[in-house]
Amino acid sequence: MKRYSAFAIAREAFRYHTGWERAWRSPEPKKKYDAIIVGAGGHGLATAYYLGKNHGIKNVAILEKGWLGGGNTGRNTTIIRSNYLQDPSAAIYEKARSLYEDLSQDLNYNVMFSPRGVIMLAQTEHEVRGYKRTAHANALQGVATEYIDARRVKELCPIMHIEGPRYPVLGGLWQPRGGTARHDAVAWGYARACSDMGMDIIQKCEVTGVRRENGKVVGVDTTKGAIDCDRLGIVVAGHSGVVADMAGFRLPIESVPLQALVSEPIKPCMDVVVMANTVHGYMSQSDKGEMVIGGGTDGHNAYTQRGSFHHIEETVRALIETFPMISRLKMLRQWGGIVDVTGDRSPILSKTPVEGVFINCGWGTGGFKAIPGSGWGFAELMATGHSPLTAEFGLDRFREGRFIDESVAAGVAH
Amino acid sequence: MLILTCPNCGETKDESELHAHGEAHITRAGPEATDEEMETYLFERVNPKGVHFERWHCSYGCGKWFHAARCTNTLEVFGTYSAQTTEPPKEIIDILDKKRPGWSWRKFGGTAQ
Ligand SMILES: Cc1cc2nc3c(=O)[nH]c(=O)nc-3n(C[C@H](O)[C@H](O)[C@H](O)COP(=O)(O)OP(=O)(O)OC[C@H]3O[C@@H](n4cnc5c(N)ncnc54)[C@H](O)[C@@H]3O)c2cc1C
Ligand SMILES: [Zn+2]
Repeated sequence: MKRYSAFAIAREAFRYHTGWERAWRSPEPKKKYDAIIVGAGGHGLATAYYLGKNHGIKNVAILEKGWLGGGNTGRNTTIIRSNYLQDPSAAIYEKARSLYEDLSQDLNYNVMFSPRGVIMLAQTEHEVRGYKRTAHANALQGVATEYIDARRVKELCPIMHIEGPRYPVLGGLWQPRGGTARHDAVAWGYARACSDMGMDIIQKCEVTGVRRENGKVVGVDTTKGAIDCDRLGIVVAGHSGVVADMAGFRLPIESVPLQALVSEPIKPCMDVVVMANTVHGYMSQSDKGEMVIGGGTDGHNAYTQRGSFHHIEETVRALIETFPMISRLKMLRQWGGIVDVTGDRSPILSKTPVEGVFINCGWGTGGFKAIPGSGWGFAELMATGHSPLTAEFGLDRFREGRFIDESVAAGVAH
Repeated sequence: MLILTCPNCGETKDESELHAHGEAHITRAGPEATDEEMETYLFERVNPKGVHFERWHCSYGCGKWFHAARCTNTLEVFGTYSAQTTEPPKEIIDILDKKRPGWSWRKFGGTAQ
């Protein structure tokens, strides 16, 4: 692989950009791999990357039914933060956030990590208490956050109207090193690094069956034929239930559409990320100048990657009170992704009833921020059978009542 | 936008006037239940890409509950029916057999497990 650098740009400029290589190879599948990852989203690719980098397992294929990064990884609003309430969540999300800090250098690919700061608005007394509690929890966990008052919120984000009649801004939870990153670049950067280690990323290859012998996985059936493997990682987000069904087990997961939209590009007006959980909306400004807005999930299960129109209307209507200026903006695009929601709003990174099959799912509405940490921990779990990062996120926690309850802490998609 | 007819009041409403409440025909586990049964009842869901039976609440209408049979992939509604039943009625099963041969869902339907 040729490295990207300022020198490479100069070199290519002199030869009319004829020397750039493809970022990853597109090989045909081999007969057998040590490990197969189903799903080339951020979590699947990061898992493969750390399997190779941290554990030396490089005979790996990543199978993707569509195009890599075309699932939720390429559809999310890219908010990165680690201000969760429970200790196991703080550990894995903060691991991810800290890996994002120098991911561009690690991958030699600019993922445009922008730690511009994230404010979660407190707009009810309940939220004020909740976020103060989270700030205290974060202090104990070593995650740098702070509860700030309304005046400080206004200083950080002057376009905000904090005296709204329905939902005045009372304060906020501020994480200065939270922010955003370029979602596609995260997938592409990991893909390029995996391909460079000799791993095969096979796109347009849908897994249609999981082959087992004596309760142990031996391979998968795909639209490109059968492929053998010793270990299988299922990392398919909204389709987790469908692929788990192929392997013969059920999950405590429901799949629902989550939507986002962007406005026409405007001049820079907001250099932080703002989440308003009471009204189910959040907003940031992209580098192109578009206001990126995310909303709530549909109330009913669905696999249609679009979502119901009235949710868009509700989100925008609610945000207008706090951001009056967006009432004049034209919205350009709207889309949806299928998110995999668990009962306690925490992910599942676990062994499964089938030996050799591991599952990484349940990231629901908020897993983009977790990609590097999830890949790190899940690779360790797949390679060694145990990871301190994933230990609390087992499938058995639902039976045993050991929930990692983040539904109160977040209360909204993000 | 999803449009469903409430079998209680007979009104046809769009989803913003109704409220979805997830999978229908779940067997409630009692105090004597094992951990597995309790887990199944509380958390484990079919979550199919296809035919789904689900509970709805006519929240901005008559205020009563009903059931719907719907495809989660195309959003096609096969029909709605009373909530006072432990399994989908024959009319609904007939529609599904015709429209989705080989469909399955927990213990009901063609290739059911
Ligand atoms: C609108 C929206 C906004 C969001 N906003 C945020 C946010 O601001 N911050 C945040 O942290 N998170 C956010 N999220 C959540 C985040 O996008 C996801 O949690 C994360 O991207 C999941 O990554 P993944 O790799 O697990 O899944 P995906 O990126 O969905 O990848 C799974 C892949 O598996 C493939 N697949 C499925 N079935 C098969 C099969 N049978 N065979 C082969 N391949 C298969 C799919 O095609 C897909 O590419 C948002 C999500 C949405 C939809
Ligand atoms: Zn009614």
